[in-house]
Amino acid sequence: MTTFFNTILVGISSGSIYALMSLSLVLVWRSTRVVNFAAAGQAVLSTYLGYEAMSRLHNYWLSLPIAVIAGALISAIVESFVMRPLAKRSKGSPVESIAPVIATLGILGLIRGIAGLVWGNTFLQYTSPLSSKGFMIGHTTIPFSPLNAAIVIGAAIVLAFFAAIFRFTRLGLALRAASFQPEISRLSGIRVDRIRTIGWAFAGAAGALAGALVTPTTYLSPNSLDLLLVSGFVAAVIGGLESLIGAVVGGLVLGVGFAFILQYIGSEVTFSAAFIILIIVLFIRPQGIFGRGGSREA
Amino acid sequence: MTLIVDHLRIQHGTITAIDDLSFAIEPGELVTIIGSNGAGKTTLLRALSGLIPTASGSASWKGQSILGRRAEDLVRSGIVHVSEGKAVIPELTVAENLELGGIWRKDKTDIALATSEVLDLFPRLGERMKQGADTLSGGERQMLAIGRAMIARPDLLLLDEPSLGLAPLVIEQIFSAIDALRQRLGLTVVLVEQNAISALGIADRGIIINLGKFVTSGSSASLMSDPTLRAAYLGF
Repeated sequence: MTTFFNTILVGISSGSIYALMSLSLVLVWRSTRVVNFAAAGQAVLSTYLGYEAMSRLHNYWLSLPIAVIAGALISAIVESFVMRPLAKRSKGSPVESIAPVIATLGILGLIRGIAGLVWGNTFLQYTSPLSSKGFMIGHTTIPFSPLNAAIVIGAAIVLAFFAAIFRFTRLGLALRAASFQPEISRLSGIRVDRIRTIGWAFAGAAGALAGALVTPTTYLSPNSLDLLLVSGFVAAVIGGLESLIGAVVGGLVLGVGFAFILQYIGSEVTFSAAFIILIIVLFIRPQGIFGRGGSREA
Repeated sequence: MTLIVDHLRIQHGTITAIDDLSFAIEPGELVTIIGSNGAGKTTLLRALSGLIPTASGSASWKGQSILGRRAEDLVRSGIVHVSEGKAVIPELTVAENLELGGIWRKDKTDIALATSEVLDLFPRLGERMKQGADTLSGGERQMLAIGRAMIARPDLLLLDEPSLGLAPLVIEQIFSAIDALRQRLGLTVVLVEQNAISALGIADRGIIINLGKFVTSGSSASLMSDPTLRAAYLGF
């Protein structure tokens, strides 16, 4: 029974990270109907910038907000200078729907290339001051460390922040309206282009936080967050791609699922399990747990 | 405060949707633009509200050109367009849809006043504030769309087919609300309609267009009493 609960704790910790990346993907999907494969590249770049900040400031907690702000700025730049002009240029063309997705793949490759050139293809340590050694309960060490606790708390704070923004502010209402009905939003006086950029910036910040929180548990390299992107994408699909709550639930479900697979089957199948779960979800409930059954105008 | 449209031409690719159209609407007038499907009515409103570009000609409001400006900026200068098809956001609640109308405005006191005026005019919306807009009937959705526009405090209201798909009794309610708004607030209203009887019933004047071209204009009474126009364009 102890193993069972320990596995759930491990799953919640990794699931919180997946939830952040999933949230990043959902925010972009909701605002521009693009699956942003560049999210992994953006998060890697912001994590490298966080790493640089830590190298100079020698303080992980100061480097964390720098990485998050950098992630928001990178994402806003990608939206303003690549995605928006591309959407306008490709409007009405046969590649209108696929061009933005291909562009995000291109940006992912570009960022990886730049990161490789600047920082090399070596594994860097972006360390957190928090211990990754599990808490002691009585005489037993559980597989849930102060670092895991910080990850869960950090993710929860960010998710609560976004939930509050979307639920209680004019900006949140504008973000929701612009994602559901851009034309009606424009006719209500909302500057939809600007709002979309803000949506991308939020997404970039969430992805950056995911990168900066998960990297101390592993290492940093130009493609170190690829598995996180896959997990975030699967979590987003499980949650329904549209829903912020769905992104969180999807992340936690996937994190706990992975933890049980690791515990009871083995690490060899974890990566392929993500795709198996994705295919099963698409077959059984293509709209995800929180997605709407019908199509939605956007 | 006059709306002046002068030799306006709008292209949809190689098709001319609006061809050399000119007219003027005086402040406080309610003018209906009538024409069959494909006449170019919706295209005209979409151009006047900044949603689509024009090929040539000009359009001005309060002496300022309105062509080439973004829709969201025109809203902020008092031109509000209620597009066809019960233009609400179904995923939001009734209260949130109304809030959108004043989302760019800073005067919270006047937004609250405008909202209460809308709820006085359409009490049914007040009973459904927390409901999703997707749960409303067609008539209620149209009330919500007009209500949202009113919270923006427009000077010029562009209404596109508010009667579309509604039952006769509901159409009567909607048109009577439009008329009441115009009388009370001194709004200038451009009402695009296929339902000529209802539209001319509340309009000061009508402009008939066909295949994007001006056909004729006149007072509502004169248009309705002309048997040739009635047979050819008004459908009654």
